[in-house]
Amino acid sequence: MSNRRDFMGMALGAFTGLGALGALYAAKRTWDPLPSVKAAGFTTIDVSKAPENVLITEVWRGKPIFILKQSKEMVEKAKNRPISNNSKFKDIDRLIKIGNDYYMVVVGLCTHLGCIPDYRPEKENFLCACHGGMYNSSSDVIKAPPPRGLDIPPFKIDGTKLVLGEEGPEYKKLLADGITLPV
Amino acid sequence: MAHFDENARPFSNKWLDERIGINTLKRVLSTEYWIPKNINFLWAMGMVLAATFGMLLISGIFLLMYYIPDTKQAFDSVNYTIMSQVGYGWLWRHIHGVGASVVFLIIYIHMFTGIYYGSYKRGRELIWLSGMLLFVVFSAEAFSGYMLPWGQMSYWAGMVITNLFSGGSLHANGLVEWIRGDYIPGQAYLGRFFMLHVLLLPLVIIGLIVFHFGTLRLPHVNNKDGEEFDFAAEAEKYKAGNKKESKVIPFNPVFLSKDVFVMGIYFIFFFYLVFYHFEFAMDPVNFDPANGLKTPTHIYPEWYFLWSYEILRPFPTDPGLIAFAFAQVIFFALPFLDRSPNVAPANRRGIFKFWFWALLVDMIILTFMGKVPPVQPWSNIGLVAAVTFIALWILLPIITKLEKKL
Repeated sequence: MSNRRDFMGMALGAFTGLGALGALYAAKRTWDPLPSVKAAGFTTIDVSKAPENVLITEVWRGKPIFILKQSKEMVEKAKNRPISNNSKFKDIDRLIKIGNDYYMVVVGLCTHLGCIPDYRPEKENFLCACHGGMYNSSSDVIKAPPPRGLDIPPFKIDGTKLVLGEEGPEYKKLLADGITLPV
Repeated sequence: MAHFDENARPFSNKWLDERIGINTLKRVLSTEYWIPKNINFLWAMGMVLAATFGMLLISGIFLLMYYIPDTKQAFDSVNYTIMSQVGYGWLWRHIHGVGASVVFLIIYIHMFTGIYYGSYKRGRELIWLSGMLLFVVFSAEAFSGYMLPWGQMSYWAGMVITNLFSGGSLHANGLVEWIRGDYIPGQAYLGRFFMLHVLLLPLVIIGLIVFHFGTLRLPHVNNKDGEEFDFAAEAEKYKAGNKKESKVIPFNPVFLSKDVFVMGIYFIFFFYLVFYHFEFAMDPVNFDPANGLKTPTHIYPEWYFLWSYEILRPFPTDPGLIAFAFAQVIFFALPFLDRSPNVAPANRRGIFKFWFWALLVDMIILTFMGKVPPVQPWSNIGLVAAVTFIALWILLPIITKLEKKL
């Protein structure tokens, strides 16, 4: 008698458990981003006409993308700036070379909590008004709380154009070297 | 087979009692639910909260009739349709906005009353824990509601708060995108927070309120001296007519009539705010429509989240997140961190008195520092206050262990 009850209890428990797992999976999938959201993830930008030290803001996946063409002096500084405590790389490594010019191309959201930092061309740095974080003109952190420099979006270089959302060899190298994290 | 009187008039007291035990219910839940006499107006805050929740529910129902959870229409449905087209729409919105803010003021008073009088231990642990759960769900309800007008503060508060779930260096972008249903707060995000705000979270809140009342029934409410007495014996005295000698009064009608008096005073204050000072609950920045390409110069949460926000802010990301998580959950542990057996008001409990006032003052300082921009000297004051907050909780078991038994 008791065995029969135990069996029925376990059978019922197992089937309801399975159903509950299935329902949980369906609920999880319902909260996933829609295919249309994922598909609209590519943006092409022509950077050839960008002026030096003027911040250009584009949009990719709804996020602001900062493009800053570096002047000769800025490139020199990025090459020579000592490696800071919170990064293992030279600032020049964070810049993207297109033709003969260097560009800072980053997601314009503070790596702390996602506010948009302000560029101050005269000081050649970014200030995030939310929690006071600062970045230099090659987007590395110069003042906490941000844990790392601004993230570099996946890109592919196509002549003087940048295709955001596609992973070119230059981007894969940045990822492999740990200079940026996947966005 | 239960006995049913054939002659009982339908819906008469007897008829109802035979079917749903109405007399037992009335006795257990109201006329013989005993409340100590030795209490003050602070003991009315529970019913004041219940009444405020009622105001939020009713005003919310009317707002729901015209609100549109669509990123293109939400802002106008609130700021144009409800505010200037719907007859008395402004009234519901102002009640809802003011209510959402004031409910937290009363929650904090209610919490600190409990802490001061030691109403969280010796049989009252579940009252405290269920109350803390209510606080957390109310916070989620307030946050999800804040998203709905889809203004600049809605959008950027949503961006910042959902980013907390990336866990700093864990870099869990997938989780953040899953919560949002998009790379950024968008339509999917607004839709799900709308659902949470108007259905799931209110259901959870109502269930938790019932549970919170339930946890109170057997241990009874505390009193001003933390005195333990035999409720059954005192109840017998009251029922025998010795109302003066008895230490208790029935919840209904005696205690409730005092509650209603306090509620009367409270609602004068409440409606003064609704009609004359609603602007304190309406951040001017949120009257700009959401724009994902422009952060407002200064982002801050509503006043009731400022203290925990300020515990996050002065630290680097990872320690900040850990400190923030600590602040969110540490109040749950209060009944277990307080090692003293004394149930008594804080002013009779030695060092605990200073601990209580230090915590209250520290949280007020954190609240003010959370509002000002992150510049000196405010950042340093905020940092000291945040460290003090954590230190106070680490000290609590030690100072209460040393406390003399009263």
